[in-house]
Amino acid sequence: MNKTTSWFNVTSLVLGFAFLYVPILILMVYSFNASKLVTVWGGLSARWYVELVHDQAIIDAAWVTIRVGFLSASFATVLGTMAALVLDRYRKFHGRALFSGMVYAPLVMPEVITGLSLLLLFVAIGFDRGFWTVVIAHTTLTMCFVAVVVQSRLVTLDRSLEEAALDLGCPPVKTFFLITLPLILPGVVAGWMLAFTLSLDDLVIASFTTGPGATTLPIKIYSMVRLGVTPEINAISTILISVIAVGVIVASVLSHRSQVEKEKAERAVFLAG
Amino acid sequence: MIEAVGPIKRKFAPWDDPALKPFIRFENVTKRFGDFTAVDNLTLDIYEREFFALLGPSGCGKTTLMRMLAGFEQPTEGRILLDGKDLSGIPPYKRPANMMFQSYALFPHMTVEGNIAFGLKQEGMDATSIATRVAEMLELVKLEKFAKRKPHQLSGGQRQRVALARSLAKRPKVLLLDEPLGALDKKLREETQFELMDIQMELGMTFLIVTHDQEEAMTVSDRIAVMNHGVIAQIGTASEIYEQPASRYVADFVGDINLIDGKVTAVADGVATLRCDGVDATIVAEAGPGGIAVGAEASFAIRPEKVQIAMEPPPAGTPNVLAGEVWDIGYLGDISVYRVRLAGGSIVKATVANLTRIVERPITWEDKVFLTWPVDAGVILVK
Repeated sequence: MNKTTSWFNVTSLVLGFAFLYVPILILMVYSFNASKLVTVWGGLSARWYVELVHDQAIIDAAWVTIRVGFLSASFATVLGTMAALVLDRYRKFHGRALFSGMVYAPLVMPEVITGLSLLLLFVAIGFDRGFWTVVIAHTTLTMCFVAVVVQSRLVTLDRSLEEAALDLGCPPVKTFFLITLPLILPGVVAGWMLAFTLSLDDLVIASFTTGPGATTLPIKIYSMVRLGVTPEINAISTILISVIAVGVIVASVLSHRSQVEKEKAERAVFLAG
Repeated sequence: MIEAVGPIKRKFAPWDDPALKPFIRFENVTKRFGDFTAVDNLTLDIYEREFFALLGPSGCGKTTLMRMLAGFEQPTEGRILLDGKDLSGIPPYKRPANMMFQSYALFPHMTVEGNIAFGLKQEGMDATSIATRVAEMLELVKLEKFAKRKPHQLSGGQRQRVALARSLAKRPKVLLLDEPLGALDKKLREETQFELMDIQMELGMTFLIVTHDQEEAMTVSDRIAVMNHGVIAQIGTASEIYEQPASRYVADFVGDINLIDGKVTAVADGVATLRCDGVDATIVAEAGPGGIAVGAEASFAIRPEKVQIAMEPPPAGTPNVLAGEVWDIGYLGDISVYRVRLAGGSIVKATVANLTRIVERPITWEDKVFLTWPVDAGVILVK
């Protein structure tokens, strides 16, 4: 790093950022467009946001999305954490390789296939499609992501901590809640947030498994776009992006701060000792 | 940590009393991991209030043995008895033994107090008693000021003390120590060894320590079991193991030793004569345990500090004389180590205590020297 700027580096940086963020930026800017035409600038206005608040269909869809996201992320976190524990702890059992492969398969499974197979399942067992089928489908989709995140955290956990708890008279289940869970909590929370986000923006699986009265936001947006793009869609997308961005920033700030505090404490000990 | 209590350590040898029942008993214990046999048909008795050390290189099965006592591993064969009770099937959280882990395994999300109180809370002890016991433990390990700190805010030595306090808090019948001082520097380690002995005496518990550090085992323990490949090579007090090693392996593993190979030419009254063609000498020494036959291949083993080194030739008729040349000198302050090269090319070590304050030692590099020792200074061990 002896040379601070080179034209090549600057150009790649600018191009990279432009490629990633210009479309989103344009979308956000046009959400404040006074004109009804998406591509024609008609002055600054918050009219589409006001309209959004009064659009009951969108409010309903948003509410469904949040509830689906919350429930499916929570179920997925419980199941994914359990799967990660089994894969990390029981190194040798019959069918471990198969189980491990099957837990991770949905990561690369085409969503269309997941959605279709779930749809066929629900039809076969006569489960009325609606809110709960979307929740189940999203749990299936996001569980493997939780398992991956939690397992990576478990790998770094010192097993002797759990052994120490057992040794001090704490039964296994209690040990999990008193020792293991608090220590893998960052992984579990990250897994939950990942699952929530995935559920929030899933269109394909939701559209396969949804039924009457359970329209999620992505499905709503998609159907609105088919009738023509209005700046209202820009507005709602801007809100979605902002919510996610704020969440990500808060999470990273929190984790950075705890890291800094830990390092500070360790440095103090080092200097004192 | 603790002021010295009472008189000097009395003679303590419950293992010599045939009427006494062992407190911990490993009975024909075997542990296999797949094809690998970690512990091989091992039988071992440990007595109440004993400070017992399992000593051996890594992979000798000492940690597995301890983990079986703690309940983290189940013996493949055999059984373990504690105070006459068979431990098989009893999970670790119901065993009256506590362990101090090599990594300390302090709960990072709890304070020092929280760590020490953890085991007591599991017992269902009431809050007042817990507070009293925790305070007692903090005082024992001199960490009163650190009660509210988290483990990552402590130094290595302080963490070690918290781990010790935590494992002692429940007043277990047996304390298991897995390489407890491995992470400490030499000075702190030595101090802590003596503190451990004091604590053990004060609390009157049975301590079982696993270590690969022979000095540590010799310092702290009443008896040592030297292990090798899942079996016990020798059990005895530190001095028994050091002065009367039962095999070449024990002699070589514990302390520094010179080994000279030869062939037994005569045996009489427990004294054997060894013809060592490699160094062109005849050595007369005590025969080790197990009996020695004429004609057997054997090794003469002698500790460097028992070899006397001199410039003048010894009087004629002196047994056990080796002539050589000083090859190397290691000055360690309290002692000097002379590495003497014999005629045949092999090296024998002799150590001399530096009793006087002089900078120039009389014996120096390339001096012709004579090594001698009395008949009872070394031992002849069959291969």
